[in-house]
Amino acid sequence: MSFLSLSLLKATVVAAVLLTTLAYLQWVERKVIAHIQLRLGPSRVGPHGLLQPVADVIKLATKEGFIPPHANKFLYLFAPFLAVTLALLSISVIPFGPEIEIFGIRTEMQLTNLNIGVLFLLAVSSMSVYSVALAGWASNNKYALLGGLRSAAQMISYELPLAVAVVSVLLLANTLSLRGLVESQSGFYIGFIPRWNVFQLPFPQVFAFLIFLVAAFAETNRIPFDMPEAENELVAGFHTEYSSLKFAAFFMAEYSNMITGTCMATLLFLGGWNPPVPTGLGANYFPSLVFAAGGAVALYHGLHPARSRDRYSLPVVALVFFLVAAMLLIPVVQGILAPVFWFGAKVGFLLFAFIWVRGTLPRFRYDQLMRFAWKFLFPVAVLNLLVTGLLVAVVSK
Amino acid sequence: MDVILFLVFAGIAVVCAVNLVVQTHPIASAISLVGVMGSLAVLYLLLGGEFIAAVQVIVYAGAIMVLFVFVIMLLNAGAEQKSGGSLTARYLGIPLLIVLLGLLSFLIRIMLPPSEGVRFGGFTGGSPEAVGRVLFTRYLLPFEVTSVLILVAILGAIVLARKELD
Repeated sequence: MSFLSLSLLKATVVAAVLLTTLAYLQWVERKVIAHIQLRLGPSRVGPHGLLQPVADVIKLATKEGFIPPHANKFLYLFAPFLAVTLALLSISVIPFGPEIEIFGIRTEMQLTNLNIGVLFLLAVSSMSVYSVALAGWASNNKYALLGGLRSAAQMISYELPLAVAVVSVLLLANTLSLRGLVESQSGFYIGFIPRWNVFQLPFPQVFAFLIFLVAAFAETNRIPFDMPEAENELVAGFHTEYSSLKFAAFFMAEYSNMITGTCMATLLFLGGWNPPVPTGLGANYFPSLVFAAGGAVALYHGLHPARSRDRYSLPVVALVFFLVAAMLLIPVVQGILAPVFWFGAKVGFLLFAFIWVRGTLPRFRYDQLMRFAWKFLFPVAVLNLLVTGLLVAVVSK
Repeated sequence: MDVILFLVFAGIAVVCAVNLVVQTHPIASAISLVGVMGSLAVLYLLLGGEFIAAVQVIVYAGAIMVLFVFVIMLLNAGAEQKSGGSLTARYLGIPLLIVLLGLLSFLIRIMLPPSEGVRFGGFTGGSPEAVGRVLFTRYLLPFEVTSVLILVAILGAIVLARKELD
């Protein structure tokens, strides 16, 4: 198969998976937050509100796209375009699994394997400041302008600790390629402790991981750092004046940035697609076990239904889960999908943590946010870098 | 393919640079400058300097220009008034510019020794390892002097800003 057709095929698969995840991440977020707050969340459109993302897309696409008078029209339209382009661009360098062989074709589970993948991701994320800042400025609205200014200052401030935390990982791995980074984290200490960078000797990068996560919250403008769109102060911040698909673009960009951030954390600190237990201890059978357990729960509730229609729907769900579990036992499928399962599980856990934090923490005040970045996070990141560098130099000698 | 990409991005760089001067609004000029930086990064990439290209985007387009845009937005600088321009500048400007460019290219052609043409991707010293090695061995002194210079500039900025407060 030629390079072009293979790339097109891979791009199609990645785009389909990414866009579906984007749509359903929002559903998951609403559901999880609702349950944290003892509500039900979306439950009207489809079973358990599962068709809510479709309804939202139709609503946003059919709304009137209003351009406020006195707005700078070109930049006003350019900002959401830039946001969504940059957000979707970064997925192209993220590896999801090892090199695999399907029907005799060897390929990497990644769109493109850059040898400066980490720098590419940093470059793309540093450019995404413009979309928010320009959107705020071009709307010609004081709330939007304040939101844009806040986000520009915040994103520049938090980029520093983020980059410094990444650098200390790079010192351990000695490569800038994301694939190389994951490969440097394979293997186990004394048989069962994974050599992920959070556990990696000579200096486990736990602090760098925490700094990275906190900075990633700020970079994606999420609670507790969502000052650019603090609704009780700024209406909706930089996207106050945006409606219909232009608003959807910002929405999509935010969730896409969340996915990129969690993917990056997984690749840099949590060993990418490397399983947390050795293969000898049954790492490859774990995915089947998870799906089988999910099926068993669905079957149990189907046999003891809370509502009459659950008697038919839940056994069907259980059957699907059991089929997936059985499929994952086939050696060929297992070899391809088990790494993807581990990668997805880690990313999914981090995404859940993002939502969890949103349901738990209140918003910072703006001066607290800046003081935290410059007076705590950045010095700690530099200290971590110095200690890591020293230990790496001593050990490698 | 390389030549097409070079022409496209060189064109974008030139158009953005001209736009930077022509625009009356500071934000539009700043965005044009970002365009110049971005297309320059692509040109570095075409030549094989992938590290320099990434750093160009991260540092210049992603950090320095964001600060420029931030300050312009903070001061809320409006569009400049367009002066009518003198008649001489309007009718003599472009012909004189073309003459100047022609003279420059002619002088460069006869003064500089003939060299091998640039081959796309022919430069192999652009990897992060190569750049780091050269930076910390051969160019260590200039590198350190530059960092001290930047430190002095930062301290100077703080001192100047403090004075204004009193």
